[in-house]
Amino acid sequence: MAGPMKHNPAHMGKKIALDKNQAKTLKRLAGYIWKGYKFRFMLVFLCILVTSIVSAVSAKFVGTVFDDYILELIGAANPDYSELLGEIIRTAIIFLAGIVAVLLQNLLMVTITQNIMKSVRDDMFEHMQTLPIKYFDTHTHGDIMSYYTNDTDTLRMMISQSIPQLMSSVITIAVYFYFMITTNVWLTLFVLLFVGLTMFITGKIASKSGKYFVTQQASIGKINGYIQEMITGQKVIKVFNHEDKTKSEFDTLNDELCDTAYKANKFVNILGPITGNLGHLQYVLIAVVGGILSISGFALAPSLGAIVSFLLYSKSFTMPINQVAQQASSIIMALAGAQRIFDLMDECEEKDEGYVTLVNAKETDGKLTETPEHTGIWAWKHPHRDGTTTYTRLAGEVRFYDVDFAYEKGKTVLHDISLYAEPGQKVAFVGATGAGKTTITNLINRFYDLEDGKVRYDGINIKKIKKQDLRRSLGIVLQETNLFTGTVMDNIRYGKLTATDEEVVAAAKLANAHGFIKRLPMGYDTMLENNGANLSQGQRQLISIARAAVADPPVMILDEATSSIDTRTEALVQRGMDALMHGRTVFVIAHRLSTVQNSDVIMVLEKGRIIERGTHDDLIRQKGQYYRLYTGDTELE
Amino acid sequence: MIKTLSKSIREYKWASILSPIFISLEVLMEVIIPFVLAMLIDEGINFKNSAGETVGNTENLIKYGLFLVGCCLLSLLFGFLAGDFAAKASTGFAHNLRKDMFYSIQNYSFKNIDKFSTSSLITRLTTDVTNIQNSYQMLIRIAIRSPLMIIFSLTMAFYISPKLGSVFLYALPLMVAVLLLIMRFTFPLFEKMFKIYDKLNRVVQENLRGIRVVKSFVREDTETQKFHTVSKDIYNISLKAERLIAFAAPLMQFTVYSLMLIVSWIGAKLIVDSNGTALDAGELTSMFTYTMQILMNFMMLSMVFVMLIMSRASGKRIVEVLREVPDLHNRENPVYEIKDGSIEFENVSFSYSGESENLCLEDISFKINPGETVGIIGSTGSSKTTLVSLIPRLYDVTKGRITVGGVDVKDYDLEALRDAVSMVLQKNVLFSGTIKENLRWGNENATDDEIIHACRLACADEFISTFPEGYDTYIEEGGTNVSGGQKQRLCIARALLKSPKILILDDSTSAVDTATDSNIQKAMAGYIPETTKIIIAQRISSVEHADKIIVLDDGKISAIGTHEQLLESSEIYSEVYTSQQKGGLK
Repeated sequence: MAGPMKHNPAHMGKKIALDKNQAKTLKRLAGYIWKGYKFRFMLVFLCILVTSIVSAVSAKFVGTVFDDYILELIGAANPDYSELLGEIIRTAIIFLAGIVAVLLQNLLMVTITQNIMKSVRDDMFEHMQTLPIKYFDTHTHGDIMSYYTNDTDTLRMMISQSIPQLMSSVITIAVYFYFMITTNVWLTLFVLLFVGLTMFITGKIASKSGKYFVTQQASIGKINGYIQEMITGQKVIKVFNHEDKTKSEFDTLNDELCDTAYKANKFVNILGPITGNLGHLQYVLIAVVGGILSISGFALAPSLGAIVSFLLYSKSFTMPINQVAQQASSIIMALAGAQRIFDLMDECEEKDEGYVTLVNAKETDGKLTETPEHTGIWAWKHPHRDGTTTYTRLAGEVRFYDVDFAYEKGKTVLHDISLYAEPGQKVAFVGATGAGKTTITNLINRFYDLEDGKVRYDGINIKKIKKQDLRRSLGIVLQETNLFTGTVMDNIRYGKLTATDEEVVAAAKLANAHGFIKRLPMGYDTMLENNGANLSQGQRQLISIARAAVADPPVMILDEATSSIDTRTEALVQRGMDALMHGRTVFVIAHRLSTVQNSDVIMVLEKGRIIERGTHDDLIRQKGQYYRLYTGDTELE
Repeated sequence: MIKTLSKSIREYKWASILSPIFISLEVLMEVIIPFVLAMLIDEGINFKNSAGETVGNTENLIKYGLFLVGCCLLSLLFGFLAGDFAAKASTGFAHNLRKDMFYSIQNYSFKNIDKFSTSSLITRLTTDVTNIQNSYQMLIRIAIRSPLMIIFSLTMAFYISPKLGSVFLYALPLMVAVLLLIMRFTFPLFEKMFKIYDKLNRVVQENLRGIRVVKSFVREDTETQKFHTVSKDIYNISLKAERLIAFAAPLMQFTVYSLMLIVSWIGAKLIVDSNGTALDAGELTSMFTYTMQILMNFMMLSMVFVMLIMSRASGKRIVEVLREVPDLHNRENPVYEIKDGSIEFENVSFSYSGESENLCLEDISFKINPGETVGIIGSTGSSKTTLVSLIPRLYDVTKGRITVGGVDVKDYDLEALRDAVSMVLQKNVLFSGTIKENLRWGNENATDDEIIHACRLACADEFISTFPEGYDTYIEEGGTNVSGGQKQRLCIARALLKSPKILILDDSTSAVDTATDSNIQKAMAGYIPETTKIIIAQRISSVEHADKIIVLDDGKISAIGTHEQLLESSEIYSEVYTSQQKGGLK
């Protein structure tokens, strides 16, 4: 990606030294490169070597062409250019080799970089799919997104640009250092001293600018936060005539940002002129001092001709040194990105020690046997330690035995939950936000693992069931409908990838969604984008119900599935839901009590405990919490 | 686009002009320095005595050396000033751009706001401005510097030797052609690539948002497959684009090296033929330097060009915000006084597009007397919110007329009208700050007693006083640390503090329990009897005691009447009522 360079000089002020963690990341990254692209990378190194030498030769050429060839030709009566021509052709061949090397290096690097980028991206996503829900609940989406955007991008820059440039800089420095020291030791020493001085000065400025970049980052954070909050509440601002006050608050933050940004940028801008002119100064000093020493016949002084070439070497020597300093800071930045990517890849996968699987079965003489073909009958295949295998028919019975659960150690959110749901029963959970309703369902499908107690599904401890098979036997409809970009047909088929068009339509009919889908401009082929933004909330929910219906699971979880729909639309959705619930074990979480009234059992939860349970009529008779909720004396949430 | 953007330069005009001027001076120095350096070498180090031996000349060395040190210092000064002004100009420009955008957003009407999504406005104010800031800095620094460098260097090259200089005249157009060719092929590729990147982001985003769905349906493999496809697309197209770009640097080098060889060949001939008078060693060295400088700057210029083109999209997005014209204005000599809270709709029709098709509201007429309580009932999409939004003139009617206090809402001063008509929005927002600070949005000068009084009316005092810090409790951004019902009650209190003539509650008690809801209704009926109250609700219980209830259906008034009347006459109303009766034991 050729996005604008994301240079964050906030790091420039930091000492250019790797700490232990960064060294480890670098090693790991090098492993990534080394493992797959050993040969190609060595070739790249060779190319860089050739390129650096060629560019050194080009500098030397300038010196020699005059001294060795032109000078000799001057004054000759019949100048013979053949030797000069020969030199030019020789150099041209060397140059050509250099150009080929650069091209080869670039092409190789493109392939290496893009391959690494692809495998990093793919590995990251593939690994992310294996992470437990907990990971997604504890990391913001923006944060995870930036792994795929910013972090991979800095990594790409580092691999494709920083590393080759660093390598070429180091080689160039070494080559010119050799040229310099063989020309004259004392002048070399002088250059080294001067380089030291330059680095000292630029280091000082960089650290100052780094400091301002940190404050600039803080100002940006502040103003972005303000913008985010105010633009989100823009309509409230209008309604309260608060525009002027908002403007003046914004001005304060904006002025502050302008000030810090100016300072930070200023120091970056003057860095160039300073290093450039110090370079010139070094050049002049060598020429003058070296020249005077040479003229005065000082013993250690080089010849005048040597000074001319030395001047060129010194220039080529200092330039890459300044580059290294710049590359180093961007490498350190990229390492931070790489570190974050590796952190993601190191996240522990969702563990699955289950061995009970879900298989197609057929019943002959009251005995279940496994068959490869789809029979409509499912069974749990339970291999035992003694080598025998039993088959249990998938029925949808769920039992909780004294379950405790905590998201964070020590903060128990569910206490002593015991409940049972017979196949085909409807169990409802009612309670305030945070009472633990969703947590219970999170345990059934094992998004989270319980701390204490036991959950059995058709008599089997769910820990023994393979997670994928367990989840396949459970359908879920959430309050927030999540549709994917694709056609309506694709979205419903998400519930069962092998479903035929007819099955999809049948599911849509069952969910009461067929009517409105048919009226969409392209019917089932209508594209849904942006989470189905072109549909109403009720329509989105109907599609997600159809999606659950096509999967045809024996157990359904409906988590506030109708909460954000008005009562009239709900009536429509409700018909779809009722059809879906028929003959299945259903766990319903609802805000509106009307939705749960006809449940076989209603559990009232408070602070992680079941405080009341029974049918609607039982609970009304008890005149407890449910009764108060029902009569509107208490507020949920 | 450039014209609109450049309006925001304003007080930073001088810095924007001075920066290029100092850069030009710096460039001048940078051209002079190698020239004098050449003289230093020729007349200092390579100085020949009358016998033609190279003996050097101390006097010349010191003379040119001092002159050069002076040049370096001047160049440093110019560079420093140029950098300083460039920083000032670019950050100042960004500052003004942000300010202009933010101010113009503040002047937007609801219709203008609806046009942009919140997240897109935020991106425009942040990322896009930063892009423009960087491009602007680049523009005033490098876009001036490089052409100047090229021109100066070319001039010097011609000055030293017209014959050698003319070599560039052949080389440069060739380079331009090649670079343009590369760009022409890569740009469409990059554009395509950005689109695929959007797709990749979308796949990841949808995956993150729907991770519970993915896991429940065990669709990890499907998702990974989806990702692989996009990832592969990116891989293919990046490879194609970057392979083309890979040719740019070798081509560059090819030109540099070729020029070097040609210059030395022609140069050598010149020197020899003229016996060193037309060109000497130092000048030849300078020629090489100029060759490098011209090509380097050429490269830089093409980079700036690419960057500018890339930031064009950002500029476009900013200009869209700046050019958006607020579509609501005060008329001349507006009315500042709102007599009372009476409201009348006269044959009002409304569509968001302003055209008479796709009407959200059709032919609405009704009258509300001051102090009345009016309920509005209807299913989602029946335009309840749209209807009440017309009263404080958040939108202008498409047809018909609305009067408040007997005067057309269009004749009022907007601020005065909105102060008199207090609306509690359905999607309401609390801001980060203490409860008190939030409530004072309603009235900046409200005393503590007034605040507590408003909170009592809104039944908010009962929970605020249970907070350890009471009214000084800090509300997090978006009000995430209070419950939905509490948030709604705070929003009502905030609206009450305006002491409005008309109070509109748009589904503002949906998360409040029915008992508290009815307490709020009672308090309002008792304490602000002269305020007209309009209540949009899902729950019949919220409106059943209203003086009249308007039943909306698909943008039309289906029925108006009291609870009892509507139970008799309105099918929709009684349908809603019975559906809620199952849930509500009343």
